[in-house]
Amino acid sequence: MNTPDTNASPNILPAEWTLILRPKRNLLDVNLHELWQYRDLIMLFVKRDFVSKFKQTILGPLWFIIQPLLTTIMFTIIFGNIAGISTSGIPKMLFYMTGIVGWTYFSTCLNDTSQTFIKNASLFGKVYFPRLALPISIVISNLVSFIIQFIFLCFFLGWFMIKGADVCPTILVLWLPFLVFLMAALGLGFGIIISSLTTKYRDLSHLVAFGVSLWMYATPIIYPLSQIPDKYKIYVMLNPMTSVVETFKTALLGVGQIHYLQLLYSFCFSLVLLAIGVVTFNKVEKTFMDTV
Amino acid sequence: MPNVVLKLENVSKQYRLGTIGTGTLSHDLNRFFAKAMGKEDPTMKVGVVNRLDTVDGRYVWALQDVNIEICEGEVLGIIGKNGAGKSTLLKLMSRVTSPTTGEIKIKGRIASLLEVGTGFHPELTGKENIYLNGAILGMTKKEISSKYDEIVEFSGVKKYINTPVKRYSSGMYVRLAFAVAAHLEPEILIVDEVLAVGDADFQRKALGKMDEVSKSGRTVLFVSHDMGAIRRLCKRSILLSGGKVNLDGNTEEVIEYYLSDASNQVSRAINYGGGLKSEANELILNSIKIVDANNSTESLLSNGNPVYIKVNYEVLTEIRSMRIIAQLFTTRGDELFYSSDFVTWDRGMPRPAGKYESICEIPGNFLNAHKYLVRILIDVPKDKVLIPQTETISFTISELEYDQMGISLGSIPKGILHPKLKWEINKIS
Repeated sequence: MNTPDTNASPNILPAEWTLILRPKRNLLDVNLHELWQYRDLIMLFVKRDFVSKFKQTILGPLWFIIQPLLTTIMFTIIFGNIAGISTSGIPKMLFYMTGIVGWTYFSTCLNDTSQTFIKNASLFGKVYFPRLALPISIVISNLVSFIIQFIFLCFFLGWFMIKGADVCPTILVLWLPFLVFLMAALGLGFGIIISSLTTKYRDLSHLVAFGVSLWMYATPIIYPLSQIPDKYKIYVMLNPMTSVVETFKTALLGVGQIHYLQLLYSFCFSLVLLAIGVVTFNKVEKTFMDTV
Repeated sequence: MPNVVLKLENVSKQYRLGTIGTGTLSHDLNRFFAKAMGKEDPTMKVGVVNRLDTVDGRYVWALQDVNIEICEGEVLGIIGKNGAGKSTLLKLMSRVTSPTTGEIKIKGRIASLLEVGTGFHPELTGKENIYLNGAILGMTKKEISSKYDEIVEFSGVKKYINTPVKRYSSGMYVRLAFAVAAHLEPEILIVDEVLAVGDADFQRKALGKMDEVSKSGRTVLFVSHDMGAIRRLCKRSILLSGGKVNLDGNTEEVIEYYLSDASNQVSRAINYGGGLKSEANELILNSIKIVDANNSTESLLSNGNPVYIKVNYEVLTEIRSMRIIAQLFTTRGDELFYSSDFVTWDRGMPRPAGKYESICEIPGNFLNAHKYLVRILIDVPKDKVLIPQTETISFTISELEYDQMGISLGSIPKGILHPKLKWEINKIS
């Protein structure tokens, strides 16, 4: 055995073991400190997502705006004009777009994070980094696109106000950061739970895509909460996204209902969900390479 | 007192065989109930040796009770044939997956290079990929920035650093990827055969860098099939076989033991358990063996003695004009001969039902000290193929007993064959 030359060694080794790998880790042993150490990686992932998404596209980041715009036009024609669903007197375009922008952030977070393990299996199989870095980077990069869409929505809103529509943002806009947090937490929470389960039960990945689009109809996006018959109201209220979207709309458009109790429910729901998500994710990340 | 920086204690790793996804729920429930009742996990049975060819259980132990201690500044080589558990061991140490039992204790930062260019994104430029790859390997942005110029210099792709890497040639890609990896500065570095890439010039550069890393007092674990590289870089080596540490010690001794171990040779026999039946059920092929004069399939073969190919088969209904064909190939796939027992059985007389053994003798003083491949084919000429070309059996003539060159200075005479040819020398005047 060769004795190391201490002068050549640039690092001073700690006297104690810095890391002990064991078969089973305590369920609650989530290393958030380590995640913080890897914050540069998270930001680089965000940058990667961003750059790779729009390389070799002509319109580039304009796609962020085109997507909700086209969906809004579609909804306006189908649900507004053909089906004739009420929008509580708010201009149809504005009503739908507000709902869509809010919903899109949640749904993209959920969709994208739910594929964390499957999509990155080859990367995870070669090198260690805190696996949570990836879903978190997804939530952040989606936040950037949400902000762009939100700014666009504000312009849209401003234009309608100038044209004299009966809408006005209320003081409730102060709640926006909280609402965005709820969207992110719910999307991330569901996403990482699903991604943890899909490592073993692939069926779930089929469920997610259409499950999320069905879920949208159970959330007051294309209809106002006030339009729901009383006997269904309880179910819609159980949906944690209901109050988030409804408050989002009320804050920006000034028309609608806001239930603080409901918001509290969504908040608690998202915290519990996030906790369950992080714990399952943490458990799965250690051995998923054997099953994927 | 050397400082132990990496310690593996009774580390085992179990893998599940077959498709994951079918029946896992029932397995999970099974395990859950067993656990709830306080019984042992029914799917784990310690003590089953991992062999890739004979697997009875649906779970396999890729590693069993591995105990290794690595001291600071040591460069440890890990060798073993495919399936011995080398990659599993590296995966455990680099935290890609966790052990089923046992503990791995680590002091300091550990970084693994199981592949170059992990996480490279084709759309990103060289520069962006240096940062991304560096961060994935555990460097902070600040560390990468301080080494950025060095990395670019080492990779030799400075001109293209702002071009997306998808436009790079594969050589440039690998050079850039290795350059990032080579500038990692963890206390413990795990390297898996990444040197087997790039051109000769780059390989020399890479090996030089590895030398430098190992001399800087860092602890390195190096897995390779390249004994030359292992010899050069590592003082101590570990031989893994069947998921266990077979030998741990001085590199020279370990390599010598590994290369001379007869059990590391590919088996010189194929036994078809229930027999390999021909399509119309007229013949069963039982086994093919390559033996020496003592009928052994395990011994070392020498080029001075004959080698026998024994084909064991059973004729179920009388077959006319059948023949057993033996083909001999070099490892590069060149066919050396194509021979049959047709003439020996009196030019294709019918073979009545019964058990047979056809033996082909490859004479001594004919083959060279190389590895050869054998395949068997059974047919009825101009009619049908009874047993199509079998899988390959290889044998190695490891001892050079007969050398017509007189002095080959410890090396093997040139040529695929080394037959004893007749020479006549006449003094003319």
